Amino acid sequence: MALTHTDKAFEQDLRDLREKLLAMGAKVEGLIVQSMRALTDRDSALAEKVVAADKDVNRLEVEIDELCRRILALRQPAASDLRLITTALKIVTDLERIGDLAVNIAERSMDLNQVPPLAPYVDTPKLAELAQQQVKRSLDAFVSGDVAKAEVVLQGDDLLDALFLKIFNELLAYMMEDSKNIRRATALMFIAKHLERIGDHAMNVAEMVVYMVRGKDIRHPRSRNLGD
Amino acid sequence: MSLNPNAPRPKMEARELTLRYGTKAAIQKVSLAILDRRVTALIGPSGCGKSTFLRALNRMNDLIPGANHTGTILLDDMDIHDRSVDVVDLRRRVGMVFQKSNPFPKSIFENVAYGLRVGGMKDKAALEQRVEKSLRGAALWDEVKDRLHESALGLSGGQQQRLCIARAMAVEPQVLLMDEPASALDPIATAKIEELIHELKATYTIAIVTHNMQQAARVSDRTAFFYMGELVECGATEQIFTNPREKRTEDYVTGKFG
Repeated sequence: MALTHTDKAFEQDLRDLREKLLAMGAKVEGLIVQSMRALTDRDSALAEKVVAADKDVNRLEVEIDELCRRILALRQPAASDLRLITTALKIVTDLERIGDLAVNIAERSMDLNQVPPLAPYVDTPKLAELAQQQVKRSLDAFVSGDVAKAEVVLQGDDLLDALFLKIFNELLAYMMEDSKNIRRATALMFIAKHLERIGDHAMNVAEMVVYMVRGKDIRHPRSRNLGD
Repeated sequence: MSLNPNAPRPKMEARELTLRYGTKAAIQKVSLAILDRRVTALIGPSGCGKSTFLRALNRMNDLIPGANHTGTILLDDMDIHDRSVDVVDLRRRVGMVFQKSNPFPKSIFENVAYGLRVGGMKDKAALEQRVEKSLRGAALWDEVKDRLHESALGLSGGQQQRLCIARAMAVEPQVLLMDEPASALDPIATAKIEELIHELKATYTIAIVTHNMQQAARVSDRTAFFYMGELVECGATEQIFTNPREKRTEDYVTGKFG
């Protein structure tokens, strides 16, 4: 049984912080799923809901930032507490960006829903599922403080990149085939790119989880000097 | 560990130091180096042995009946418990500043000159010069230069504490031991003491005991965490406060002890 903080109010602050981050994570995961369903089900009303829901995500971002600032100012956290706060401050930005990207996808879907589909949507929903899974796993890793789970996320990004490349090439082929396809193919390309970016944000979260747990920053290994 | 020629060497070093009051061990098998011209903070809960360790460094514990020790403490290469060591001379080289400022009921000047007079310095000009240098070193000169011959007891708490630091510095020690030097001071006076510590480390080796962890984080280069008479962990201060290796250190710096 891990020890808890002697100061119960501090303990509660840290618990609130974790819960808010999780709520925000669950929210943006939902937005990814809904934005994709807005496309596949040609449901523009759902897309509008995604656009509207972004303000909840933004509100959570501001709340989490405020909570972190308050904890830093009033509690002077150290060691794992300090790493939790700095991690929260970083990943909240990634989560907010994921929310924005889901909104962008929803907006593109609304455009695409006005015209007949270019082709059955197969790989794009698959990419969305992979991206959503990456986000979910990275948040699981954060909650459980599990480096192994974070590493699964870090390794999983290659799958998204490969699928994105496949979609990209297919859409390119459509465009070359008939210039009338260009408008729709471009919109779909944006969607695929947004999903690929969501995967990158999940990676950022996973990297911060490794830092939070181990106290070791694993980002940008090639841009640093060797040795400490 | 390091082949860097600029890496600080130990100025003082405890090896397997166990210190008992009667039969009760206050510290057990502590091996710790106090690096030259660095600030080492000793932290830990009450009764962990940090003050006992600090006091061992200039043999202040000798004054406590029943205190005895095993293990060695080196000052440079000298065993401070060696028969040939004159304790008064040791304490001149390893000075101490206490929690509660304790100026003598004498003038400001005489407080600082006291150790020099005891040491046999008689030349008035030399005394005056050394007193000024010490008061400047303790960042007190400008505040007291016009009233050097007034009672030290008329100074504020923060000024009294800096006077005690000046007094300790007057005899030109190599090591300064500080036992909670700012715990009775307001934040401004505390900041002045902390700034002074930053300046002093260019010349002196400093070991400081503090209950205030933020203070340890602010002033020290290295932090040693004591718990129940043991040295649990010693490392760069930044490492201790961002990523301690030991679970007990982690629990202490995050405030998880009962």
